[in-house]
Amino acid sequence: MTEQLIDLSGVGMIYEAASGPVEALAGISLKVGTGEFVSLVGPSGCGKSTLLRIVAGLRPATSGTVTVAGRQVARPIADIGMVFQQPILLKWRSILQNVLLPAELAGKDPSALKNRAHQLLDMAGLNGFAAKLPRELSGGMQQRAALCRALLLDPPLLLMDEPFGALDAMTRDDMAIELLRIWGETSAARKTILFVTHSIPEAVFLSDRVVVMSARPGRIAADFKVDLPRPRTIECRASEAFGRLSLDIFKELSHRASATTVAA
Amino acid sequence: MKTKALALQYWPTVVLFVSLLAIWQLTVTYSGIRAYLLPSPMSVIEAFWEPDVPWAQHIWTTTWEIIGAFFLAAAVGVLLGVAIAWSPLIANALVPFLVFLNTLPKVAVAPLFLVWMGYGIFPNMLMGALIGFFPVVINTAVGLSQVEADMLDLGRVFNAPKWKIFMKIRIPNALPYILSSLKITATAAVVGAIVGEFVASQSGLGYVITTTQSSMNTSLAFAALIWISAVGLVLYGLVVLVARLWAPWAEGLD
Ligand SMILES: Nc1ncnc2c1ncn2[C@@H]1O[C@H](COP(=O)(O)OP(=O)(O)OP(=O)(O)O)[C@@H](O)[C@H]1O
Ligand SMILES: [Mg+2]
Repeated sequence: MTEQLIDLSGVGMIYEAASGPVEALAGISLKVGTGEFVSLVGPSGCGKSTLLRIVAGLRPATSGTVTVAGRQVARPIADIGMVFQQPILLKWRSILQNVLLPAELAGKDPSALKNRAHQLLDMAGLNGFAAKLPRELSGGMQQRAALCRALLLDPPLLLMDEPFGALDAMTRDDMAIELLRIWGETSAARKTILFVTHSIPEAVFLSDRVVVMSARPGRIAADFKVDLPRPRTIECRASEAFGRLSLDIFKELSHRASATTVAA
Repeated sequence: MKTKALALQYWPTVVLFVSLLAIWQLTVTYSGIRAYLLPSPMSVIEAFWEPDVPWAQHIWTTTWEIIGAFFLAAAVGVLLGVAIAWSPLIANALVPFLVFLNTLPKVAVAPLFLVWMGYGIFPNMLMGALIGFFPVVINTAVGLSQVEADMLDLGRVFNAPKWKIFMKIRIPNALPYILSSLKITATAAVVGAIVGEFVASQSGLGYVITTTQSSMNTSLAFAALIWISAVGLVLYGLVVLVARLWAPWAEGLD
């Protein structure tokens, strides 16, 4: 747990938009240890998706250094599972073929991973939909398919951008429990997960740490350690510690959000 | 069930068509209009069986020209579109030239084809291809480049090489665009083949029409016209069918 998998130092991001430069991130310094589950919360537009893209190497930061697994990130890094804010399924492929896409793109034999793909679809409650086209699925189902796709190659690092955003409350809670299992909550070899969400209870329930970002340009406003016992169960949401921490984070977040309203 | 729905949808078309035919026949019969100006429907139908005209041979010639023009336009159009989307350098070199070529009134080039290639099926194929290839180039290039940025990121996350992203993401994305442009090409191929035959030919449905100018056998020209649209419609229908089978996810795109 001491080893840092992700190490961001003084990361800034300025988009050159047609209407002028947009400062999305400023002075972000964040460390995520191997096997840690860290959630990012923050007001809409504060740069959470931007931050994930920078860590993935999809976009270079305009300032600061980004290190993942001891190497400076300059281009997309292999061995990550990425869940984008939108499902981005290829509309001409069946759900199964979409889940198998990472294998094809990474030059692996997709037929060898068919069983695994079916298992993942089962896990996500999509077993009857393997042969369907994406447009035949609801938004929430598409998002679950995208999650299966990210998990196909069993990556040690998962970057997840509001993966449960389009799900109903019940499915959302079920998927959270599943995610903890996939992460390896009860095992020694855990994955590392950087998880963006708008739901504070979800962040607290899942994470080792909850990082609060301030409104644009996104900065790190607070970093909460979640000291709830693992493995976590639905009951732990009823505990007093859970409620207190959620409230603290909520206060911090609303303080950040209102601070910008005043400034703007 | 389905035939009933079709019948319900198309009975007004059929009624209108039959009425028009009837009015036409009656007008010609009772107004004493000369047959070389407007032949009666009956005489057009008779022209279909005119033993002096080798219909099968003419239809064969024109159909070949149209099919050749269609596939030539499709192949060249897709290749050029791919080249343009693949490399900005190629795009910069080719696009102005292609735009110039497209602004030419292609029909005016047909006499040159006669000079260069003489009589035959091939120059007429080329004419059809020349008229029909441009939309394919444009749609291919557009379909290959208008991929959601997120989809390309998806490919980059897995360090997929450029050609793989091309094969697995860009080309399928372009397929509905290409198929939709091929509908235009199907029509253009017919126009090109007939124009080519007007200028220089010894066989084909366009040739039949040019011969009727001197023989004043207008019903023959009408019969040839009907054959031309039949061939054109079949080709168009086939393209639509292939598009539906090949890109079922893109229904309602056009
Ligand atoms: N490609 C881009 N070009 C210009 N500006 C951009 C681009 N992408 C994002 N931005 C801007 O950067 C800021 C941060 O965007 P980002 O998508 O990272 O926010 P977010 O925290 O993920 O928001 P949300 O919670 O709504 O998803 C926004 O103000 C946005 O307008
Ligand atoms: Mg976002």
